Amino acid sequence: MTIEFTSSEMMSVTAARALNNDMTCFVGIGLPSEAANLARLTHAPDITLIYESGTLQTKPDVLPLSIGDGELCASALTTVSVPEMFRYWLQGGHISVGFLGTAQIDRYANLNTTLIGDYRDPQVRLPGGGGAPEIATNAREVFITVKHSKRTFVKDVDFITTVGFGRAGKARDNVPNIGRGPSVVITDLCILKPDEQSKELVVTSLHPGVTREQVIEATGWEIRFAESLETTPAPTEQELTVLRELKARTAAHHAGN
Amino acid sequence: MAEFLSLRDAVKNHIQDGDTVAMEGFTHLIPFAAGHEIIRQEKRDLTLIRMTPDLIYDQMIGAGCVKKLIFSWGGNPGVGSLHRMRDAVQKGWPRSIELIEHSHAAMANAYEAGAAGLPLAVLRGYIGSDLPKVNEQIKFIECPFTGERLAAVPSVRPDVTVIHAQRADRKGNVLVEGIVGVQKEAVLAAKRSIVTVEEIVDDLGASVNACVIPGWAITAIAVAEKGAAPSYALGYYERDNAFYKEWDAIARDREAFQAWLKDNVFENGAA
Repeated sequence: MTIEFTSSEMMSVTAARALNNDMTCFVGIGLPSEAANLARLTHAPDITLIYESGTLQTKPDVLPLSIGDGELCASALTTVSVPEMFRYWLQGGHISVGFLGTAQIDRYANLNTTLIGDYRDPQVRLPGGGGAPEIATNAREVFITVKHSKRTFVKDVDFITTVGFGRAGKARDNVPNIGRGPSVVITDLCILKPDEQSKELVVTSLHPGVTREQVIEATGWEIRFAESLETTPAPTEQELTVLRELKARTAAHHAGN
Repeated sequence: MAEFLSLRDAVKNHIQDGDTVAMEGFTHLIPFAAGHEIIRQEKRDLTLIRMTPDLIYDQMIGAGCVKKLIFSWGGNPGVGSLHRMRDAVQKGWPRSIELIEHSHAAMANAYEAGAAGLPLAVLRGYIGSDLPKVNEQIKFIECPFTGERLAAVPSVRPDVTVIHAQRADRKGNVLVEGIVGVQKEAVLAAKRSIVTVEEIVDDLGASVNACVIPGWAITAIAVAEKGAAPSYALGYYERDNAFYKEWDAIARDREAFQAWLKDNVFENGAA
């Protein structure tokens, strides 16, 4: 009764499981959106999903390509203006979890979506901050999901677009009215959590079949493993079925309606 | 009172070289037809403001209209980078552009402050981010009541705001429905405004709390059917997600882009 699954599916299912029914989740586009909707279609049917385009409590049937697809608005409880979204709903303290992706992440879970290289002479210009800088500080906690590779997991990000715990792990200390920051990072290889004292990311669970060496090889700093290292439970048949159906519906929809 | 003009005249009369122009629409209702008219009229040295530059600014940057861009997320949503913007930033083609970048929260606040006639917006933002190090327009102030350190950014006050909306009535009152973004704030923050609409109707059919911008708060209205495509207009047509994906290949290559621009913008003019 082994079920075949890919590492991407493992990542989405694990990320979905981090969410629960009582959460109010501010959802980033891409992997976070896939995981959040998988959670909603499996174990967390009443989770509140919020997208920065202003759509409150939305229940899309297909995954949006953009943060403001019509599907998000049509299936939402209500749609508010973008200033209202950021001022009242996010800054006002109504978001329990901000769910983000990233281009680069470092050992203190700082995120870079601005550029690779020097700011005035970039090697690669990336899209920029979008909603993330304030989602990461105004949500009560932050979940991050991103594919694991040496290019992505770097010791120090080139640019802190969005703060995790800062360059020395102390950026949130003694700051009033700030969320607790990243509490979990889910990749296609493992689950990482910040060390309670140092805030450095530590591997707490390896996905089935993944070795420590694979994680070491895909991480740009000397990654540490928790003493009680766990194995992430494999996806269930139901989780995989729902995820695959969701992705098939989405692909058909975006192929040209 | 809003003046009804052709799109050509609206752009000709109200957008000058060197202007600061905000063309808003958060994924939805992006004023593509107006952007193409600006390209056709070869406006130059524009400072463009927009939270999400999207394909419309990628096209305008590639066409050489832009000297400076104020933005908060410059990608092709769900697809990848904006290659014309990237080429201008990394290689200076067709000209170098200056970037001033913010977060969404800061820009949304800055538009609202502009609409409210204030010089600045205050938010709990940019904590721990490197953005304040590279953007002189981000400062921090102390709350005079609590002592809390808060971010401050100047309000957005464009010379011209351009938006697209579903419809206007014959007095120039405009209804915006669906994802309304920062359009109302952007219009009220600007010295002049151009609104393109899908159609002119006798009755807007607006519910009592709908987002309606009164005609006397708008400078010019122009009919532009399918004026937001390949973005969308709720109730009229859907987002052309396939085109957003195709754009990636077109924009990656300078020649492919120029051929696209010639066929789809310069030789496909508005009436």
